[in-house]
Amino acid sequence: MRNPLTVLRRRLPGGRDARTDGGTASAAQESESFLDRDSVRSAPFWLPPTLLVGVFVYGAIGWNVLLSLTDFTGLGNPDYSSLDFENYVIAFQGGTPAWSDLTVDPIWNSFQNTVVLVVGFAAVCLVLGLLLAILVDQEIRFENTFRTIYLLPMSLSFVVTAKFWLYMYNPQTGLINIALGAVGIGPVEIVQNPDLKLAAIAFALVWQFSGYAMVVYLAGLRAIPDSHFEAARVDGASTVKMYWRIIIPQLRTATVSALVVLTVFALKAFDFLFSMYGYQPGPSADILATRMVREAYSNGNWAYGSAIAVVLFLMALAIVSPYIYSQYKRGAL
Amino acid sequence: MSLDTSTDEETWMGTGYPLRRVVLYITLVAMAVFYLIPIETGVVTALTDPGTYSGSYPYLPPLEPLLSDTGTFSLQPFENAFGLLGQGLVNSLILVVPATILSGLLGSMAAYGLTTIDWRGQIAIYILFVAGIFIPYQAVLVPLTQFWYNVVPLRTAFQPMTVVPFVQAYHWKLVALIVTHTAYGLPICTLLFRAHYKKLSDEMIEAARLDGASIYRIYRRIILPLSVPMFAVVFIYQFTQIWNDLLFALTIIQFGDASVVTQELVGLGVSQSGTNFPLRMAGALVAALPTLLVYVLFGEKFAKGVAA
Repeated sequence: MRNPLTVLRRRLPGGRDARTDGGTASAAQESESFLDRDSVRSAPFWLPPTLLVGVFVYGAIGWNVLLSLTDFTGLGNPDYSSLDFENYVIAFQGGTPAWSDLTVDPIWNSFQNTVVLVVGFAAVCLVLGLLLAILVDQEIRFENTFRTIYLLPMSLSFVVTAKFWLYMYNPQTGLINIALGAVGIGPVEIVQNPDLKLAAIAFALVWQFSGYAMVVYLAGLRAIPDSHFEAARVDGASTVKMYWRIIIPQLRTATVSALVVLTVFALKAFDFLFSMYGYQPGPSADILATRMVREAYSNGNWAYGSAIAVVLFLMALAIVSPYIYSQYKRGAL
Repeated sequence: MSLDTSTDEETWMGTGYPLRRVVLYITLVAMAVFYLIPIETGVVTALTDPGTYSGSYPYLPPLEPLLSDTGTFSLQPFENAFGLLGQGLVNSLILVVPATILSGLLGSMAAYGLTTIDWRGQIAIYILFVAGIFIPYQAVLVPLTQFWYNVVPLRTAFQPMTVVPFVQAYHWKLVALIVTHTAYGLPICTLLFRAHYKKLSDEMIEAARLDGASIYRIYRRIILPLSVPMFAVVFIYQFTQIWNDLLFALTIIQFGDASVVTQELVGLGVSQSGTNFPLRMAGALVAALPTLLVYVLFGEKFAKGVAA
């Protein structure tokens, strides 16, 4: 907690009449009167990073929204004189847009795949991560070694993970099919099988990120006072009952933060799909992230790609903004 | 927090392990195998001579003639992978080092100006930083490509730089990527540093201010030395993130001499005659080597970074 007195003392010299909006780094150095305000005096520290983020992140998002209202298909400069919502109508209903002679599919298919992938991946990750965290929390020997191994895949690139799992899933030489063959099943085509594609992707992503869920849950478990475990034991609760009734409800914060981060990882799974399938994952594995990049960078439908990007952005916003708001309310930011 | 620690410790030295502990350790080891087996399979395959590789036992080391049908040992795939990915590795290094340092340094400065120095309204700016962590890159790709290719004349502006030794004309794309990664790494770096600076004592800073130390001096003399452990966490995290990224490279570098290692790895080991799995696995391991090395050496710090 900050001492309110020191805060007050710091703020007083600035006075209410000083400008609050302003001044660049150089202005802060030139003008003596600005030097009294901490916001201005510390501007050389926070302003350059803020400008960088402001321009490249938020400026780009705004520009992307504007681009999504144009008919830009890559030739010359985008024409900003006639803006309309045609791309969004096409995205939700399909049809033939003004900028193309061909029929463009709506995004529902990739939207559905995105939701299935995100929900499936996040749910399995959380359950596995929680179970691992509970196991690791039993005062085991070599705890650090186990933790390091479980988190290891997370240090790898999506591209590397995709290469490993393309090999694992291979019908002839892949370990999974060899294991299936040993029990008399197979060989099964996995990577190019429309029925299994999405599950195969989710499984590989679980392999990569469940260690992360474990780390978050482990921190959550360690934060629960020992007395809660003791009390449950004195009451004679079974282990399963104790975790289910007493411990897991206390892990809500850990669950929410792990869920938010895992969801964002899953929305970013483009790198993984691109390494496996290039621009064409096929209809059963197409997610919004790949659809967007394909429309813009492979099909040249730049404005349409921007519109899909806006949808993706709004989805991320819908998940993240309640989280940030609750963190802000709790004073955890 | 074990439930029956005492009884465990008693039986540990005595008649044997209780069944529960045995099952616990078997599960833990089985899970370790689950996380390691794709990497293990990759390593032993990458050490197999492509000519003798059969794929019958991808998980066994190449020990012919000791173990039949496992292929013979060879470092050829690794040599080939280094040869084919060499340019990409160099480009990745040119990208990662400045981008990591810049985003870490600027992140520390932003956190200092938005945390240690306390002023009204800073939380609003900080919320913009936090939200920036979660933005899908897709939401900015088209503008970024437009910006670097059609708005900023970086390509021509960079031309005079080529008189400097080792600087190539195509390096302008890496400069664009460095700036982009710095901007997108800043939010998470700021968050990590802010969490650290919130824990520093206010009295110490206040005392320094009463002694007449300027904001610069406090940063330079007090904050920066105290940030060293956090810089390690941030640098490791950023290094891994930027080295592993594909999407920004794909859309800003697109193709050509400036391609980074993840881009080159995508198409490695695939030809019309089929997939060269030893080469492909060697390539994947070569591309993963820097991050794996960093992880094995500084695993604890990496865990700290991802947990935050």
